[in-house]
Amino acid sequence: MDALLAVRARGITKCFGEVVALDGVDLDVTQGQIHGLVGPNGAGKTTLLGLLLGLAVADGGRLEILGTPVERALAVSDGVAGFVDGPGLYPSLTARQNLAALARLRGHDARSAGIDEVLDQVGLTDVADDKARGFSLGMRQRLGLAAALLTKPRLLVLDEPSNGLDPSGKRHVHRVLTRLAADGTSVVVSSHRMDDLEALCSEVTILATGRVVFSGPLNKLASENRELDYRVRTSDPRAARRLADDTDGIRVVEDTGMRQDAEVLVVRAMVPALDELVAHLVRSGVAVRELAPVVSPLEAAFLALTERQEDGR
Amino acid sequence: MTTAIAEDSVAVVRRVPLSRGYRFELVKLVAQWRIRLLVLACWIAPALFVAGVSRQSTLPSDTLFGRWMHATGWAGPLVMLGFAGTWALPLLTSVVAGDVFAAEDRLGTWRHLLVAVRSPRRIFVAKSLASLTVILLLVAGLVCSSVLGGLASVGNQPLVGLDGHLLTPGDAAGRVLLAWLCALAPTLALAAIGLLGSVALGRSPMGLLLPPLVALGMQVAQMLPLPVAVRLALPGYAFISWNGLFTSPAQLGPLLIGVAVSLVWAVVATALAYLLFLRRDFTNLAYDGAGRRALTLGLLPLAALTAVTVAVVAVATPSMGSGIKQDKVQRSVATAFAHLYRLQTRQLHRPAVTEAKLRTTAACTKSDGQGAQEGAGNDWRCVVTWHLPDVAVAGTAVYQLDVASDGRFVADGDGPKEVNGYFLVRTPTGDAPNPLWQFDGNVELLDTTSKG
Repeated sequence: MDALLAVRARGITKCFGEVVALDGVDLDVTQGQIHGLVGPNGAGKTTLLGLLLGLAVADGGRLEILGTPVERALAVSDGVAGFVDGPGLYPSLTARQNLAALARLRGHDARSAGIDEVLDQVGLTDVADDKARGFSLGMRQRLGLAAALLTKPRLLVLDEPSNGLDPSGKRHVHRVLTRLAADGTSVVVSSHRMDDLEALCSEVTILATGRVVFSGPLNKLASENRELDYRVRTSDPRAARRLADDTDGIRVVEDTGMRQDAEVLVVRAMVPALDELVAHLVRSGVAVRELAPVVSPLEAAFLALTERQEDGR
Repeated sequence: MTTAIAEDSVAVVRRVPLSRGYRFELVKLVAQWRIRLLVLACWIAPALFVAGVSRQSTLPSDTLFGRWMHATGWAGPLVMLGFAGTWALPLLTSVVAGDVFAAEDRLGTWRHLLVAVRSPRRIFVAKSLASLTVILLLVAGLVCSSVLGGLASVGNQPLVGLDGHLLTPGDAAGRVLLAWLCALAPTLALAAIGLLGSVALGRSPMGLLLPPLVALGMQVAQMLPLPVAVRLALPGYAFISWNGLFTSPAQLGPLLIGVAVSLVWAVVATALAYLLFLRRDFTNLAYDGAGRRALTLGLLPLAALTAVTVAVVAVATPSMGSGIKQDKVQRSVATAFAHLYRLQTRQLHRPAVTEAKLRTTAACTKSDGQGAQEGAGNDWRCVVTWHLPDVAVAGTAVYQLDVASDGRFVADGDGPKEVNGYFLVRTPTGDAPNPLWQFDGNVELLDTTSKG
């Protein structure tokens, strides 16, 4: 099956002096896909995003962006937009002036560049004429996203776009990114917010100390991963516990580290064993009212990764 | 199997044209409240200052041309130029050029700017041109405002030059504007040093302080008893050498050397800033100044430039002494006295007399003739002698001179009272300031101007 790639990276390495920031990184981002980038601090996420934006060039390997090899800094095409290390905004300008200045820089007429539209998309219409100086972190993030949208990108690269966003702001951002992806724009987004990535991304790449430790669809993480803890809320907790004890591959977790709830059972299992438990419950007439991982597969993988890294020290 | 996107098989990489980058930088600069405030201050404050001081009974006579602020509107802009060269221009260049790169470090906007513009070269040129534009706007404000303030409050009268000769209002206007134009050269040098500091030192406040510190250093150097070649080789000398425009003939040698040195500094410091900027790694989040590279690509080349300039000036002009010699002091005092004597004659409605007929001479000694008869100091004493037509006895007057290292001097009349011993003269229309009581003059440090 053919899939169009917005980003194709093979064996990318990047060093800063003696520090190896990226070590043989492979990355494929399909057109119209939202691709998450996860990893502990210092894993090389921002360096990789910087390469995608053309801020630097890799020391080794091959990087193609929107079908063109990138061989020198600042040589990525006009179809790439985004920000790393926070959006670049000028506090003495209003939100509208920031966008207008950027539009004019790109050679567009500020009146017809779609400034009002992108401000509306990120939910900043009401503060369009306020100086960016007074903006909260979340508002700055949204304005940074609006600035990126203004260029109508085919590849959008965002570093921690959800930082400081309230639920309403997060909804705006999610809606915008989902719509962009549906229209064919590829989005690479790094975040420490696992809930965001799970809500947005179809695929993720997990980096650790400059290397890719996982890359693929989110659901593959659950199947590839180790056992997870699940919360099971049923109509009959006693029966549920008995059935869990009787099911192979299921262990009841006594010390959950969470607030005790008599109706909730926490079990540790892999997905097939969990499926079997649910079947047993249903056959026994026990209603399943809630079934959810205590921590998401992505977060579990991330935590495992972090713990492994700490153990390795 | 996967394939890279084939659509638009050759991706478009468009660099932003310089004109748009320039406009973007200008918008950012002008949007800053402190820049707006400076523009406003430069266009309003000089007029108020000149108008206010010109109406006071006490004039800033310790400032060059300050003592003539009652007499002509053209003295105000020159007082302002003296002040600007010492304080205003170093500070203005510091706030504008000294911060234009560092501001992006502070705001964390470099990556945004690079992704948008795609060319560090164009960013550098756009920022430099935008800074230059704002600095020119500020300087234009200082000139226009002080000229308007002076003309509105005192009027378009002739100006007394540094050798006492009268410049017609038109001539005064031309020379005032030319003096400000010459002062642009050291201003550009300071602006370039500001750019260099801003690039080299990142968000460190030292970058912002660099132009005033360099200007202060140059002013201190000008107060020291340095050889003339060293004095002329410093980029700030043109802030002083414009004085030579107000003598007759104009002392163009030091002025042209000062302007040329300033422009060389402006070009070299800008080029160094450019090289440092292009070598910067914008992916390094922890960047906080160019560190050792600032030394090798910033400070050392400028130190080398100073050494080369001193050597070139020393070879091109025989100027390793103080430049303040007895014969030059005598000539300057005699010339100024003769011109001012004619002015006093006119005030008193006496018969006109020419400088040639006055045959003025001055005999000056330093430290009562003890030691070397040259160099700066407030221990110069001059006895001026002049002749009047049909009067057998020559007139004499005594002056105490305070000669500064840069050649400027203040001559303080020591009598006789009727000539130069009192600050007022009694004219038929009432008391008037006595032009011979105290006057400013200057000794040309180089031996380039024809002796007149």
